[in-house]
Amino acid sequence: MAENSSELFDAGHRACGGCGPALAARLIMKGSGENTIVVASTGCMEVFSTPYPETAWKVPWIHSLFENAAAVASGIEASLKRQGRDEHVICICGDGATFDIGMLCISGAFERGHNITYICYDNEAYMNTGIQRSGATPYDADTTTSPAGKCSTGNARPKKDLPAILVAHGSPYVATASIAYPNDLVKKVERAVNTEGPCYIQVHTPCCTGWGFDGADTMAIGRLAVETGLWVNYEIVDGELEKAKKIVNRKPVEEYLKAQKRFRHLFRPGRNEEEIAKIQAIADRNAKKFGIDIALKK
Amino acid sequence: MMKIVEGSHAVAEAVKLCRPQVISAYPITPQTHIVEALASMVADCELDAEYICVESEFSALSGCIGASAAGSRTYSATTSQGLALMFEVCFNAAGMRLPIVMTIANRAMGAPLSIWNDQQDSISLRDAGWLQYYAEDIQEVSDLHFIAYRVAEDHRVLLPAFVCFDGFILTHTYEPVDMPTQQEVDAYLPAFKPYQRLDAKEPISMGMYATPDYYMEFRYEVDRAMQRARDAYVDAARAFADQFGRDYTGAVEGYRLEDADTALVAMGSICGTVKDAIDEMRADGKRVGLLKIRSFRPFPSEEVAAALKGASTVAVLDKNISLGQKGAVALEVKDALYGSGIPVLDYIVALGGRDIRKRDIAKIVDLAEKGTGDMFYGLRTEVL
Repeated sequence: MAENSSELFDAGHRACGGCGPALAARLIMKGSGENTIVVASTGCMEVFSTPYPETAWKVPWIHSLFENAAAVASGIEASLKRQGRDEHVICICGDGATFDIGMLCISGAFERGHNITYICYDNEAYMNTGIQRSGATPYDADTTTSPAGKCSTGNARPKKDLPAILVAHGSPYVATASIAYPNDLVKKVERAVNTEGPCYIQVHTPCCTGWGFDGADTMAIGRLAVETGLWVNYEIVDGELEKAKKIVNRKPVEEYLKAQKRFRHLFRPGRNEEEIAKIQAIADRNAKKFGIDIALKK
Repeated sequence: MMKIVEGSHAVAEAVKLCRPQVISAYPITPQTHIVEALASMVADCELDAEYICVESEFSALSGCIGASAAGSRTYSATTSQGLALMFEVCFNAAGMRLPIVMTIANRAMGAPLSIWNDQQDSISLRDAGWLQYYAEDIQEVSDLHFIAYRVAEDHRVLLPAFVCFDGFILTHTYEPVDMPTQQEVDAYLPAFKPYQRLDAKEPISMGMYATPDYYMEFRYEVDRAMQRARDAYVDAARAFADQFGRDYTGAVEGYRLEDADTALVAMGSICGTVKDAIDEMRADGKRVGLLKIRSFRPFPSEEVAAALKGASTVAVLDKNISLGQKGAVALEVKDALYGSGIPVLDYIVALGGRDIRKRDIAKIVDLAEKGTGDMFYGLRTEVL
């Protein structure tokens, strides 16, 4: 831990160079501040930030299991309430812990209305165990358990719409964000921790190792996801869409896909026009649903 | 004050007197009356606690982990399938050294589904790092909650604890119970002082992962804490006896054992039946005694060996079976008696709520005297 640093998620962790989740952790802590208790799930971030006896966290931090962060946070929140304490309780968990194995605990915590903020750092697969697909893995992505092959174009299903599920739980604040838009992310975290009730933020965190791109390009990849409409940054407040980031002259998805090895099977040996068109259709649907398109003549 | 009270309500009353700050629980037969009673106490402002009405046992204990880590005295209760769903959380709570107390209303494990009593559930968690205490009657199960909190929270120990009592046989029956006053319990059980807690003013990281360079030492420390729990238990039980006059200082307890040829060993409510059977057999001139195991974890091997050293045959009544081996209690007793030459015979009894009566105990003693054992007792004849 760097003693003279003001970062609450500090240097000295063991993440890959260009790790999207590590950057997310730093930005999340800027938004939440030092009066925060962090609950982590098992996963990349837990492993790279807290190998005993070292820690990168300058706020109280607890990891219990893979799938129970929301339940542990519920207990912490209840305890703080009993003690008259006012720390923010935030979960920072990967997409496997959130979309898949932790769903039950999240649903329970949101339905009960605990005053917690649950933040999913979404790198779209189980990266800690070696890039296996999760419910957050996008359509056609090649992972070790949804491999592209002679009779497979990769992951067979689109991403689960988890924010919609949490909106349906009556969450007062559900937002998506991206590390490629740092100020937006910090503001959303600030807003969530200051909103009473269970809030959810899903942060797009490109993973250079799992997605197959150079660690220097993390921000560029994150931006391309938003600029193509495959990722939309939005805020839903009390069930109503309040804001979605507009995109001027949305780029074709191909620009995003081509930049990552997880989609390279769509381009070699030949272009798979049919599959690329399906992914473009996903982006087009996103754009329509959230009304993000601004077309300017070049 | 003496009152006639249902077992589950006695437990709820005792838990209330322990002043838990956070209760996190999920209903399951035959534990339900405990959590219902506690929910009512909270609803009526008789108990000043947060009651987290969770969506599963998995979250029940996970909630206790969070609340305990944040510095609150916590409580839960479960049984059987619910405890099995907590399996991974149980190991975690112990490894994180969180002194949660949880009542287990002992019940069989499916399949086939059974809501009735045996002790397979908590015994299957014997390696999880939880203290395990077993009660014979409703007075004992109530009192063991006060003692369990003292031991669990003792800074020499800092381990979670199961207080186990037999489902239906004790949860749903009424017995006279001497329930202490709040003032008396406050004098016995001081407010929870966590060894450390999550606090923004003094940040710590809890539940970090350990490489092979460190992992073994954490396990060693949990085992050492288990060993220290022996003394901590005796201290807590002695203080209880001094204040309340009821003596639970023995991790084991003998009944007419001194000159016994055949010594029965058992845990939980069956001990009451065994004692009555022993009185009848003694009247017929049979030298029979009982060793009741109160603490299954840590297991009191030395006390067991000392108590059974005069017996010529030991017959263990196991309300569980480690499938492919024997009953878990018999294995522990054999380990304790290793080298003594005393034969230990195992009887798997009363699984899934099958009744066991005094005449069955007498038959088991007859079998043991003939050297016939290591068997399921009381099976339907068509399977034999």
